[in-house]
Amino acid sequence: MTAWLDTLLQGVMLGGLYALFAAGLSLIFGIMRLVNLAHGDLIVLAAFVVLVVTTALGLDPFLAALVAAPLLFGFGYALQHLLLNRTLGRDILPPLLVTFGLSIIVQNGLLQGFSADSRRLGAGALETQSVSLGGGLALGVMPLLTLASAVAAILALNLLFYRTSLGRAFRATSDDPETAQLMGIDNRRIFALAMGVAMTVVTVAALHLGMRANFDPTIGPARLIYAFEAVIIGGLGSLWGTLAGGIVIGLAQTIGARIDPEWQILAGHLAFLTVLALRPRGLFPRAVD
Amino acid sequence: MEQAYRIAVGGRFGRLAALAGAAMLVFFVALPAFAGRATIEDLIFVFYMLALAQYWNLLAGYAGLISVGQQAFVGLGGYTLFALTVMAGLDPLLAIVLAGLVAGLLALPTAFVVFRLHGAYFAIGTWVVAEVYRLVFAQWKQLGGGTGTSLPPEITNTVFGIEWVKSLFDVRTSAARDMILYWAALALAAGTVLAVYLILRSRHGLALAAIRDSEPAAASAGVDNFRTKLAVYVATAMGTGMVGALIYLQKARISPDSAFAVLDWTAYVILIVVIGGIGTIEGPIVGVLVFYFLQSYLAGYGTWYLILLGALAILVMLFAPRGIWGYVSERTNLVLFPIRRRLVRSGDGA
Repeated sequence: MTAWLDTLLQGVMLGGLYALFAAGLSLIFGIMRLVNLAHGDLIVLAAFVVLVVTTALGLDPFLAALVAAPLLFGFGYALQHLLLNRTLGRDILPPLLVTFGLSIIVQNGLLQGFSADSRRLGAGALETQSVSLGGGLALGVMPLLTLASAVAAILALNLLFYRTSLGRAFRATSDDPETAQLMGIDNRRIFALAMGVAMTVVTVAALHLGMRANFDPTIGPARLIYAFEAVIIGGLGSLWGTLAGGIVIGLAQTIGARIDPEWQILAGHLAFLTVLALRPRGLFPRAVD
Repeated sequence: MEQAYRIAVGGRFGRLAALAGAAMLVFFVALPAFAGRATIEDLIFVFYMLALAQYWNLLAGYAGLISVGQQAFVGLGGYTLFALTVMAGLDPLLAIVLAGLVAGLLALPTAFVVFRLHGAYFAIGTWVVAEVYRLVFAQWKQLGGGTGTSLPPEITNTVFGIEWVKSLFDVRTSAARDMILYWAALALAAGTVLAVYLILRSRHGLALAAIRDSEPAAASAGVDNFRTKLAVYVATAMGTGMVGALIYLQKARISPDSAFAVLDWTAYVILIVVIGGIGTIEGPIVGVLVFYFLQSYLAGYGTWYLILLGALAILVMLFAPRGIWGYVSERTNLVLFPIRRRLVRSGDGA
């Protein structure tokens, strides 16, 4: 009984990590209907940037992420401004193919620069600390922090969306790009800012990815798939739904792994396919598309 | 005076192209009589990549179904071939055909799930399903589980017709096996190009072109979009499954990670189609030649080669979205596989 309760709690906390992966993807899709196939590789790229900052400046990962975030915001802004904005339009092939190409470039660029070795962001004493819940249950501080970060990130994004003028511009562009433009909104700049914000969230995701487990340049596509599953399960365009979707995947994976370690990933995918078969628009659908 | 019109497809040049195509086919059939083994092996690669590219092009360029998960059917085909030959003792060539049927059959439940997603989400959905197949086949212990298995030599060495080829060309078993695989690959590639061409010239092809141009307009003109797309999805799955079976018969070794590899069986294929020109039959042919030369000269550079391919995909999509063949045919009006219907006045030479 305790073991199963422990499994459930671990699943929810793992879901926090997947929600962090998914939040950036969800944001980008919500605002510009762009499905970024390089999203997973960008998470890994961000993890390497944080790693480089920790070793170059001798900082701990949290401070390093603070340094890396503005850099990655700038990278996201430039990426959207210089490349991805050119691909947006009625045809969905150009953005898919360009982000697919980007994914190959990022993955192999990282392999070239950092080799295929596994890396990790050392979190020091935090890695082993835990909070006892009594009855033999204990929660790791690190996983708990990941879940808290996911909730905080989604809270912050919701505040940005519904309480600021930039958020109003995001929503207006999302609802109707032509009319938004007539109201004096520069869509291309809005899209670039949105990608910058998404890359900031990606930095947080990368920080937790790197502190919780090993990473290497090839794990990006799998992260993209988890993120995508969380977005679809939650329902397109709903950030809280994305958190719920992440938790569903996290739960399915930990429960699957408990039955047989080889079934961990498969169980997550099967949960996704089940939701898709029963509720094709996700648990909390919002956007139509 | 009232004028009579009729609908024509192709013209004098189309017939010329058909003749040239037939001549080329004869040439390729006769090739093993005088070509070396290295050439034969390279051409097998070119043929199966061409067939994969034609199927993906039919799917994405005509039916608007952009799949990033065709490796699912390559892997299914490969594994079916292994199961049927190793476990059931069937002839490999027969197993190739049956592998196509199995892939087509499994495409139905796959479609049930992925057809709920649209556009870019369909793309990632197909990828997820391919991952599910990969993980499931990694559990199949009789076929090696996660590490995979090899095809026993006696299976490939007793393939249908091998004794006949050995005595006719006076070659050793391995060379004769390569020749038979070569002809099988040639038959698959040529059959695929011909089948795609005939489909596109039929009324189903007209429906597909209508769907590609505008789905609501196609539906309002009486096209059953869902059924047409489903038919194309299942048909391309069958073809892709047969190609997959052939690929792993040649490689004689299979593992879940290689058989369901997104890079080899989808990314390269997409690249071939896009570089050559999506939405044309000529495009994948041009694309596979370009890809073959890139691969032969640059694959040794490893990661740099892949970075170059990624950059190439981006550049083509940004600056020449219709690919090499699109660029050529726009300027020269050259069409080797005429499928466009034109209205001509009766009596005019067409």
